[in-house]
Amino acid sequence: MKYLAEFSDPDLAKRLVDQIHATVTKPWAMMEVCGGQTHTIVRHGIDQLLPDGVEMIHGPGCPVCVTPLEIIDKALEIAAQPGVIFCSFGDMLRVPGSERDLFRIKSEGGDVRVVYSPLDALKIAKDNPDRQVVFFGIGFETTAPPNAMTVYQAKQQNIPNFSLLVSHVKVPPAIEAIMQSPDCRVQAFLAAGHVCSVMGTSEYPELAAKYKVPIVVTGFEPLDILAGILRTVVQLERGEHYVENAYKRAVTDEGNTTAQAMLSDVFETTDRSWRGIGMIPQSGWQLSERYREYDAEYRFQVRDIKTEESTVCRAGEVLQGHIKPHECEAFGTLCTPRNPLGATMVSSEGACAAYYLYRRLQAPEAVSSVG
Amino acid sequence: MCLAVPGRVVEIRVEDDTRMGKVDFGGVIKDVCLAYLPDLQVGEYTIVHVGFALQRLDEESAMQSLELYKSLGALEEEFGDQWGIAAQQAGERRPPGTEYRKETAE
Repeated sequence: MKYLAEFSDPDLAKRLVDQIHATVTKPWAMMEVCGGQTHTIVRHGIDQLLPDGVEMIHGPGCPVCVTPLEIIDKALEIAAQPGVIFCSFGDMLRVPGSERDLFRIKSEGGDVRVVYSPLDALKIAKDNPDRQVVFFGIGFETTAPPNAMTVYQAKQQNIPNFSLLVSHVKVPPAIEAIMQSPDCRVQAFLAAGHVCSVMGTSEYPELAAKYKVPIVVTGFEPLDILAGILRTVVQLERGEHYVENAYKRAVTDEGNTTAQAMLSDVFETTDRSWRGIGMIPQSGWQLSERYREYDAEYRFQVRDIKTEESTVCRAGEVLQGHIKPHECEAFGTLCTPRNPLGATMVSSEGACAAYYLYRRLQAPEAVSSVG
Repeated sequence: MCLAVPGRVVEIRVEDDTRMGKVDFGGVIKDVCLAYLPDLQVGEYTIVHVGFALQRLDEESAMQSLELYKSLGALEEEFGDQWGIAAQQAGERRPPGTEYRKETAE
């Protein structure tokens, strides 16, 4: 238990780990959906504190990783256009498109800007009325309300030179897709806490019942994750499957209803393609008809995008939990954070990046040729 | 990006008909949209994601989380020098025009 000393409350961590060991009598496989949780698990070695046979399968909840290549390529095309100011969160800068990334566009003279909040991009649009200002709106249910508010504001304040390149995705349809996959090994889910801070928990009981899987809403800190795992294995051992909220300090059953109302005004549900995974029906949001004039995909007619994904990258299998990052032949050799073949090696929420950062030395065969 | 950081509301104002405020994240103060928590008051703690307050949080949990994020360097990643981080990862020089000015508490 070499990692326990690093927990904020090592005694509580030890008690949780002991209880997990005392509860488990057989092997179980559970998926943490959120990339932020994957990062915590790998960084703190939580999976290595668990009883033998209890496996954490890392899920697709890394927004940067699942943004489809076609949208990335569109973003790059738009960002390279003269007169455009392209605004993004910092973690999109090095996500590989078919040929380049936003960092490269900026180095070559494109006007790419990193913002902390989408409202910062709207301010840039107000300050530069003669330029087209585009914000790259990606992410899950947590990031969608900020982007929705920003488009709403653009319309209210009549800022015609602002637009949003949208690629929002939702967690429940991804859980559904994972459970319907023929090779699915997942027996339970840790649901993403901050997604539920916004959406509440009402979407999950139906999934827990339909697929007979425990779903435990969990936070992002090491102790939160241990507590979530404990509640999950208790349900699994008892043969139960229901939704439990282990992150009550930040999640209420109803979620943030003000944010939900804004979401249903600004966005409408659509089919969405997930990078490495493929199309998942009704799994995303696009701007609703009322706000379509602010949709960068309509404003900038980017056609003839020919996407070209790396042929060796197995990010899709990683994102679906079929393989662990170090089981990919390119891990740590052809593919590193410096030269990423897939988005999972770039984002701090990507499983490959987390394994590279914290587990590389434990997979020496995978890095032997790096030198 | 998916990180949501707790902070303490230190100021509330209305700007362009929108509820905005300043939130203190353990010394880093940021402009935050408070429209999704219409009854949040000065002195209360909230979870903030990409400049938006999304849920209330009690003080004790907020302080614990902030301390943890600080010790892990997560606040640097959230609020810090994004071009610098990207340039370092890429092993390249930062692109022209991306020089970093550190924000400090007011």
